Amino acid sequence: MSSVADDLHHDEHHDHKPAGIMRWLLTTNHKDIGTLYLWFAFIMFLVGGAMAMVIRAELFQPGLQIVEPNFFNQMTTVHGLIMVFGAVMPAFTGLANWMVPLMIGAPDMALPRMNNWSFWILPGAFLILLSSLFLEGGGPNFGWTFYAPLSTTFSNDSTALFVFSVHIMGISSIMGAINVIVTIFNMRAPGMTWMKMPMFVWTWLITAFLLIAVMPVLAGAVTMVLTDKYFGTSFFDAAGGGDPVMFQHIFWFFGHPEVYIMILPAFGIISHIVPTFSRKRLFGYSSMVYATASIALLSFIVWAHHMFTTGMPLFAEMFFMFATMLISVPTGVKVFNWVATMWRGSISYEMPMMFALAFIVLFTIGGFSGLMLAITPVDFQYHDTYFVVAHFHYVLVTGAVFSIMAAVYYWLPKWCGKMYDVTLAKWHFWCSMISVNLLFFPMHFVGLAGMPRRIPDYALQFADFNKWISIGGFAFGLSQLIFLALVIKASRKIGEPATAQVWDGAEGLEWEVPSPAPYHTFETPPEVK
Amino acid sequence: MSEQQYEKYYVPEQSVWPIVGAVALFLIAVGAGNFVVESTKGKEGYGGWILTAGLVVLLVMLIGWFRDQIEESMAGKYSAQLGRSYRQGMSWFIFSEIMFFAAFFGALFYTRMIAVPWLAGESNNAMTNEVLWPGFEAMWPLTQTPGGTTTQAMGWMGLPLVNTAILLISSVTAHFAHVALEEGKRARLKLFLGITIVLGLIFLFLQVEEYVHAYRDLGLMLTSGVYGNTFFMLTGFHGLHVTLGTLMLIIMFFRVLKGHFDKENQFAFQATSWYWHFVDVVWVILFVFVYII
Repeated sequence: MSSVADDLHHDEHHDHKPAGIMRWLLTTNHKDIGTLYLWFAFIMFLVGGAMAMVIRAELFQPGLQIVEPNFFNQMTTVHGLIMVFGAVMPAFTGLANWMVPLMIGAPDMALPRMNNWSFWILPGAFLILLSSLFLEGGGPNFGWTFYAPLSTTFSNDSTALFVFSVHIMGISSIMGAINVIVTIFNMRAPGMTWMKMPMFVWTWLITAFLLIAVMPVLAGAVTMVLTDKYFGTSFFDAAGGGDPVMFQHIFWFFGHPEVYIMILPAFGIISHIVPTFSRKRLFGYSSMVYATASIALLSFIVWAHHMFTTGMPLFAEMFFMFATMLISVPTGVKVFNWVATMWRGSISYEMPMMFALAFIVLFTIGGFSGLMLAITPVDFQYHDTYFVVAHFHYVLVTGAVFSIMAAVYYWLPKWCGKMYDVTLAKWHFWCSMISVNLLFFPMHFVGLAGMPRRIPDYALQFADFNKWISIGGFAFGLSQLIFLALVIKASRKIGEPATAQVWDGAEGLEWEVPSPAPYHTFETPPEVK
Repeated sequence: MSEQQYEKYYVPEQSVWPIVGAVALFLIAVGAGNFVVESTKGKEGYGGWILTAGLVVLLVMLIGWFRDQIEESMAGKYSAQLGRSYRQGMSWFIFSEIMFFAAFFGALFYTRMIAVPWLAGESNNAMTNEVLWPGFEAMWPLTQTPGGTTTQAMGWMGLPLVNTAILLISSVTAHFAHVALEEGKRARLKLFLGITIVLGLIFLFLQVEEYVHAYRDLGLMLTSGVYGNTFFMLTGFHGLHVTLGTLMLIIMFFRVLKGHFDKENQFAFQATSWYWHFVDVVWVILFVFVYII
């Protein structure tokens, strides 16, 4: 196997690419742009993580000691914005850029120049958001959900910059999503029929639909915030006939599909890794496809479960409760299928599989706490407590982020041509696995006991738990530096050379090109049987 | 179909325009963010200048990018498959625009059907009305807000009706132009494209007249409560889209004069025409829900 890959490797010399920074600034190559997205996401992950460290340092003990409450609010706000729009979403877009053309046998993304544009507007957007923290009066401090009237009547003047930076993030996501959809619709290799498409491609296709449908709604929401704050409209002001609760409706109409935007590609990744390391085909492929589509459809009719305590009519509370619970059915189908794939498989525990297994267990915990939150009367107690924080960090950190890490371990040999450092990988996994649970699991307890979120101080009885949560947080943050070292090592081509197939159970077009993947692949489409 | 699949897909070499466009959007966001604060709060600053610089860079980028694109297209570098990519891309872009309008239509329906009646005490909000907004009665158009701002409603007869007719006719003429292009009748194409542009310009002119009328005679302003908010945001964003569409049509007109486009090679024309139909459909929905009902 490796000799074939080595032979192909020599064909690389015709890859002409300019050297230096201009290569990255002007590139139209899907692999370059994928790499840019992934590094950008990683840097943002560390920046957003540093903000989480500030939050946890302040909460290490009760009382106000390290930062001003206003700065604490800015940290929770910008931490959320960065992790959602700067880390998780660009990471998935980077993976899509790298892997979708390879998986469907396309020479590149369908619209390569637009692809460059959609990446390079992102750093500008985050530069604006981050630099607003240093303005007089500080940056955005109203929570990443920027509820009115916090973001309208009571916000500072960095709000305008916040609005326009969110606009740019939205433009970037929409262009990225259009590119993914068109690539998948139009550039599949001959014979790659819909129901032969790899799961990652399917999940990303559906994610891209969600993105195009809801990112413009977010743009509408921030625009209304802008005009309410600066131009005297009263969309979210009862005195003019508006309603602050309407903000929440519009925001969560975007926000709820958004959380599936951040988890569906993760489902796709896990659906590749579990079969590879179980040396079996994915159990229930078509039910996976239908489950993904059902989750996406349902995600449009559950938004108000974020708003049970806003005083909606009883009918709405009931409807959104039951619709939300309905989502657990297709999600359950997925978890069942992953477990069934492993059943009687010949499983090996390489690092991608370890992260995938951690994902399945921990994401399911996050899913169950979500089910608890879906129950309206119970949510009255849980709303805005640390129980909610625990829930969405289980689905986003041990869900989305763990799946991204699994994907990096899985495809890094394909990208760099070198295996990752196994020792570092084991340290990274176990440190992360232990610390992340120390970090987030006790949040369930303090949340159930009534500790509110987004407050820099707390009652004395929460002190012990919060100390351990903070220790878990610092440990989890530091563990990611191991990951950084590992990725730098592999990208500097240090390590054992990888074969084309890399993993012996791996199937799919991406494993038929050499490792590292040449600059241009599939210039003539392969035949898929 | 399968023959075409093997045609080589055109993957463009590096291009300078996307990064120029990224710089432009960065300047626009920084500039607009500062300009909004400076102009509404009366502060000193350079926001307006940065915004202008950004718009200039954006214009340069658009000209450069489209020039390259047109040259490559005229050089015959593009395949049928690439043409499909462009068309699908344009369709999804229009879909995203529809969703942007949906947010504002959503705000219109929510305030009208839910927020305003609730403020007047409907559902379980009797005390909201009694204690917070005593005497407020639900109505639409909301000519008197709970806070006491009054205004007059914009009728649908007169200017709005004329404008609806103009835009509907322009959609038909745009279609005739497209048919003429397909049939290779260049004179007809120029005629109908020209008529479409003129109709678009008249629409925009009348829309400005209507705004003047609203502000001067009716006292209907952007700040007149949710009725004014939704009215101006919806018609304003629509007007912005008509402006963009008209500019696109004008560019298409000059390209037609230069002899561009034929039955096979007409993506830009087709995209412009789709865009024009899209602003037309949005107007019809807007006319029904904002003006008539």
